[in-house]
Amino acid sequence: MNWLLLLEQILNGFQLGLLLFLLAAGLTLVFGIMDMVNLAHGSLYMMGAYFCATFTGWTGSFLIGALLTLPAVFLLGVVVEVVALRTLYARDHLDQVMATFGLILFFNEATRLIWGPIGLVIPLPEFLNQTVEIIPGAPYPAFRLAIILVGFLIAGLLYVIVSRTKLGMLIRAGASNRDMIGALGINIRLLFTLVFGLGAALAGRAGLMAGPILSVEIGMGESILILTLVVIVIGGIGSIKGAFIAAILIGLIDTVGRSFLPEILDLVLPSQTAATAAPAISSMMIYLLMALVLAIKPQGLFPPKGVGR
Amino acid sequence: MSISPRLLINSALLIFLAALPFLTDWAGDSFYTGLVARILILAIAALSLNLLIGYGGMVSFGHAAYIGVGAYVVGIGAFHAFEDGIDWMLNGYIQLVIALLGSAFIALIIGAISLRTRGVYFIMITMAFSQMLYFTAVGVETYGADDGLSIYSRSDMLGLIDLNDEKSLYYLIFISLLVVLYLMHRLVGSAFGNVIRGSKSNEARMRAIGFSPYKYRLTAFVIAGAIAGYAGFLMANLNDFVSPDVMHWTRSGDLIIMILLGGMASLFGPLYGALAFLMLEEMLSSIPLTIGGLHVGEYWQLIFGPLLILIVLYARNGVDSFLPGARKNS
Amino acid sequence: MTTRDLLVIKNLVKRYDGLLATDDLSLTVREGELHAIIGPNGAGKTTLIKQLTGEIPSDGGQVTFAGQNLKRLSEPERSHIGLARSFQITSLFQDFTVLENVCLAVQAHSGHSFRFWKKINDDTTLTEPALDILRQMGLEPRAYIATSSLSHGEQRQLEIAVALATKPKLLLLDEPMAGMSQEDSEKLVERLNELKQRYTILLIEHDMDAVFSLADRISVLVYGRAIATGTPDEIRNNEDVRQAYLGEEA
Repeated sequence: MNWLLLLEQILNGFQLGLLLFLLAAGLTLVFGIMDMVNLAHGSLYMMGAYFCATFTGWTGSFLIGALLTLPAVFLLGVVVEVVALRTLYARDHLDQVMATFGLILFFNEATRLIWGPIGLVIPLPEFLNQTVEIIPGAPYPAFRLAIILVGFLIAGLLYVIVSRTKLGMLIRAGASNRDMIGALGINIRLLFTLVFGLGAALAGRAGLMAGPILSVEIGMGESILILTLVVIVIGGIGSIKGAFIAAILIGLIDTVGRSFLPEILDLVLPSQTAATAAPAISSMMIYLLMALVLAIKPQGLFPPKGVGR
Repeated sequence: MSISPRLLINSALLIFLAALPFLTDWAGDSFYTGLVARILILAIAALSLNLLIGYGGMVSFGHAAYIGVGAYVVGIGAFHAFEDGIDWMLNGYIQLVIALLGSAFIALIIGAISLRTRGVYFIMITMAFSQMLYFTAVGVETYGADDGLSIYSRSDMLGLIDLNDEKSLYYLIFISLLVVLYLMHRLVGSAFGNVIRGSKSNEARMRAIGFSPYKYRLTAFVIAGAIAGYAGFLMANLNDFVSPDVMHWTRSGDLIIMILLGGMASLFGPLYGALAFLMLEEMLSSIPLTIGGLHVGEYWQLIFGPLLILIVLYARNGVDSFLPGARKNS
Repeated sequence: MTTRDLLVIKNLVKRYDGLLATDDLSLTVREGELHAIIGPNGAGKTTLIKQLTGEIPSDGGQVTFAGQNLKRLSEPERSHIGLARSFQITSLFQDFTVLENVCLAVQAHSGHSFRFWKKINDDTTLTEPALDILRQMGLEPRAYIATSSLSHGEQRQLEIAVALATKPKLLLLDEPMAGMSQEDSEKLVERLNELKQRYTILLIEHDMDAVFSLADRISVLVYGRAIATGTPDEIRNNEDVRQAYLGEEA
């Protein structure tokens, strides 16, 4: 086994996991405190990437583009919440799923109209567009490393917000007892809008960071949405901690599995069969993990108290 | 029994569908026979899904997976018959049995795990499992991966019916629809259907009076999966093609939209919903309006998306609520 | 009437986040009696019902029903050995007709329901016993209307009718008179008086007039413990009870 490759894949796994966490954190918060399923979360991720590409084009700087993107996606999230989603909180999940499905169609088509059917490229500044040798003999792209660092930073920040601030207290209270925040006389509408905007900004942040390494294209939100759903289901819906652990787990298993499964299968299967079966099995792995977790704990690894009662 | 206006409308629709191939012959344009055949197949799948969503309250978001299983059975059979000369794999009856058993078996496994969960977990898990099958199909190079499989010869029904004849295929699809409609009618009104509906209405009470809903729900899940697998069998034959795209989660979303458009928990709802869905698609995408050099029809989902939201918010019972004799409470 | 013990509760415990909802509770219901449980709000009465039916698991203790240990039995299984409950907050099949509500309960106790073809609505083996029960509860004229259009009082009666349809050995009635008008309550007391001739009943109720006129024995629950059990007269004159419970109202 190639240890340097393994190390690199582990880093890649963390990088995917942290991206997933940024998406999952917003989604799981929105679900936890508003009891709302939002399939259009992936669209906000996509908008983050497109906004960033556009702003970077205008300003010529990725960093400024990225900075401008956050408030833009936050605002977009607020608008979406106020215009379309607010009325859906009281509805059943089927209605929420269908209405947000409608939003996906709208966003995809609007994107095609505005930016055209061909994907965009986000050019990276020089200092991010190189490799760093954190471990001698194993050069690693600086931008991917930046994603990992920023991801951990945001995760830490979120942890502080949720566990130390008043907003965080309200979020936790909301996730475990929805009626209580109403009883406290808090402006729930405003709180919901804020949380939704925050979730949107996190998704947008994930989108702008994924843009340069994946590709900025229509439909990029949908494929990652499913992974995000798997993450929050495994982590326990409404739990930030669960989302973090599950996201890293999924990131590692998916990335490391994909690159090493062929070798592992080679040991037990005839090489011809192994070569054909590996891609199919590696794409199934995370779903098998989900099935396993749910077979043992139907509420996920860290079900927040009160949710689903 | 007196004849209600609703029965009259439903019958008129069925008679129209029965006569359609001759009407299009007469009009000299057989394009619409193919389109309607596609609608009817989706209606069969939507009918089976409605057993779960409309009657059982189980919002399965992965129903397209079973269509895919049925379709791939036909595709793979045709592939091996064509490539390796294994003739029995083209036998329509063998394909049919494998399609039904295969989709039922996969529904059994997915259902057994998913039905342990509730509410939004159930929605997400069924969705994730269908994506798993989708990615599996994408990963199998032998059967075309992303590009899918072209089907060079349709299922061989041993002379009983020639599926290469478009009219025969249309009538097979139409009669299948009638059979599934009747099947659903009996199923929903049976002791079994009573348990399924009761479990949607009030699960806590069901348990208190002595029912264990799980095994009944799982059975419904398997039945619905097998019928969707059958729809897949028909779809592969109609399209001469199968690709992972039939299993994509957005296809499952389309099926739910059909049920929503048609009106939940009504027998004919999914049929009206499937008609409405594809008609809307046809209509919106051919809007003859050009604004600033842009053809509006080309961006039809820009209209359809918000329309869907409006329907969810304000027309919860879909087409069903506009037909005479609709129940007033939602 | 025999005096065999039908339900024996021994040292039952239920904890919620360290709080004891049921605290070492012991209680016996004799066959044929109407045993009422009273107690202030939060005394753990509904929790006890839920533990008995198996809706929530217990954290300790033992319950024996008709000689059978309930520990390993699920909620539906307990229904099949003769435990039936009504709900404090009306819990019916609102989109079903009144008759269908009762039929479903009869169906639950008429073998398995993996019957996919025969129309259930014409099945007289279900509708006849169901109509019979509706007659007993005075709901027969309302049999074919939607449950959601019943009055509150009628829905409370249907609650009991659905429980009766499961052919219970023991009826657990959780505040059957909750939210009822004075007039409806009085009518229900009459019906319960008839029912107690034929069924063993464990009754939770806040209406003291009803309890003291109906009950053969009464247990008083305070903070998850039975502090006293006895005939209505004994309970009236019990010092502990006066202090802990009745005293508050006096």
